[in-house]
Amino acid sequence: MNLGIKPFKLKQKSVIPGFGITLGFTLTYLTLLVLIPVSMVFLNSAKIGLKEFWEIASSERVLASLKISFGTSFLAAAINVVFGLLLAWVLERYSFWGKKLIDGLIDLPFALPTAVAGISLTTLYSQNGWIGKLLAPFGIKISYTPLGIVVALVFIGFPFVVRTVQPVLESIDLEVEEAAACLGATRFQTFYRVILPELFPALITGFALAFSRALGEYGSVVFISGNMPMRTEITPLLIRTKLEQYDYAGGTAVAAVMLIISFILLLLINLFQWWASNRNR
Amino acid sequence: MAGIVPIQIKTAKTTQAERRAVKGSKLVPVILTTIAILFFVLMLIVPLISVFVKAFEQGANLYFASITDPIALKAIKLTLITIAITVPINTVFGLTAAWAIAKFRFKGKNVLITFIDLPFSISPVVAGLIFVLLFSTSHGLFAPLLNAWGIKIIFAQPGIILATLFVTLPFVARELIPLMEAQGTAEEEAALTLGASGWKTFWLITLPNIKWALLYGIMLTTARAAGEFGAVSVVSGHIRGLTNTVPLHVEILYNEYKFSAAFAVASLLTLIALINLIVKNVAHWKIQQQSKM
Repeated sequence: MNLGIKPFKLKQKSVIPGFGITLGFTLTYLTLLVLIPVSMVFLNSAKIGLKEFWEIASSERVLASLKISFGTSFLAAAINVVFGLLLAWVLERYSFWGKKLIDGLIDLPFALPTAVAGISLTTLYSQNGWIGKLLAPFGIKISYTPLGIVVALVFIGFPFVVRTVQPVLESIDLEVEEAAACLGATRFQTFYRVILPELFPALITGFALAFSRALGEYGSVVFISGNMPMRTEITPLLIRTKLEQYDYAGGTAVAAVMLIISFILLLLINLFQWWASNRNR
Repeated sequence: MAGIVPIQIKTAKTTQAERRAVKGSKLVPVILTTIAILFFVLMLIVPLISVFVKAFEQGANLYFASITDPIALKAIKLTLITIAITVPINTVFGLTAAWAIAKFRFKGKNVLITFIDLPFSISPVVAGLIFVLLFSTSHGLFAPLLNAWGIKIIFAQPGIILATLFVTLPFVARELIPLMEAQGTAEEEAALTLGASGWKTFWLITLPNIKWALLYGIMLTTARAAGEFGAVSVVSGHIRGLTNTVPLHVEILYNEYKFSAAFAVASLLTLIALINLIVKNVAHWKIQQQSKM
């Protein structure tokens, strides 16, 4: 009697060849290059012992670096949501001269090596740089302060928000907006009540992507931050410093903390996307 | 998944006339566009231009002297070797992974995609560290073996290649999977039914369908392999003329206050980034045309 339970099958039947060899190669390569190396962080952390691990992870300097990393990444991702949404909106809804060029250049932060972004932004925002010079009379210092870290993280993160919001904005039926307008909604009400809820999942995803990239960012920040312990030292830099002082146990413990945080973020992003795609069904 | 948002396939487009019906006030678009352009110019165009201005600040002679300096040339050579090894390997990986994931239905597919994305969500510094933990001759898991055989991986070229392989692993696969999933398997099934072999089907049917996305994936891999800084900096040991890649050479010049030289070498990397964007836009346009047909 069939109880409606499907027998477990790893793979559905297909006439296309090559499943075994391609999946086999993919799994082998991933295991050798990603899974085994990444698990080394946890293996080595386990060797340290729980008490000592906790002592390293909760030491003043590590906590300060986590605070700086999280604070600046959060602020940068929030700024990116605002300006990323604005750019996506302008690119999708209005036509103006140079729009194609802007659209084509949005991905530059993805393509530009982080070290190049780092030295360029540091020079621009230092006290005699093009932009830093303009801000200096107001007593605003950007390079070598936490503000500089935020500038670098905004630079590397904003394409994430633009590129996740753009396709959603494009797919919103104009009829929905027209209906809202016909029912007497002002333009702002239509945006706030109709468009924004539609965009919400994309905005959250863009925020999360920009935030998780910002947390791990090293190349661009290391130049502009000035790297002062307790003040402008981000967590990846602290790992690097510990390694340079041959404190492998300390570096590994901090890396384990960072990895756990990025796994949790990855899980949350996936759960959220799953929720968002099932929400309307 | 840092560093990548796959090329989107555009569908129905609304006309300008339709849009006007719900546009509202005329002033708002002008203000919004102005703010957006200001932000864009300040955050993106100015840093981009400043690289070239700073590079030529002390004349073209110094510029060419900086990029043809023997140590700079050694760094360029090391970076080119790294690209020549890592890009083909990760292209083959991307193709096989995309084939397995996009052309078949099987359990655990999403977990597999998450694992492929993993290098994007790991800090470059941690990416370097994991290979130190494996292959360092003092602290690594394989230290006894490496010492016995006299092999050097960390603070040497193999370490740089391993770290680069790790950080560039997802690019080709992530470009191909969504496109190949969207294209389905009907064309391949038809070819196979007509008697074509698996290889022939791949070369004559699948490859022409994905060539632009593949090209863009390869371009992204190349750019990242040329520009990777954090991971490579951890494993390289900064031995001048030996284990310095181009980005690391930029860092050294900058820290020695040789700013013009630093920006001159950085301008080479910036050119790669600009070529990358051109390829992306051409590929995007070609894929849209293909999906219209």
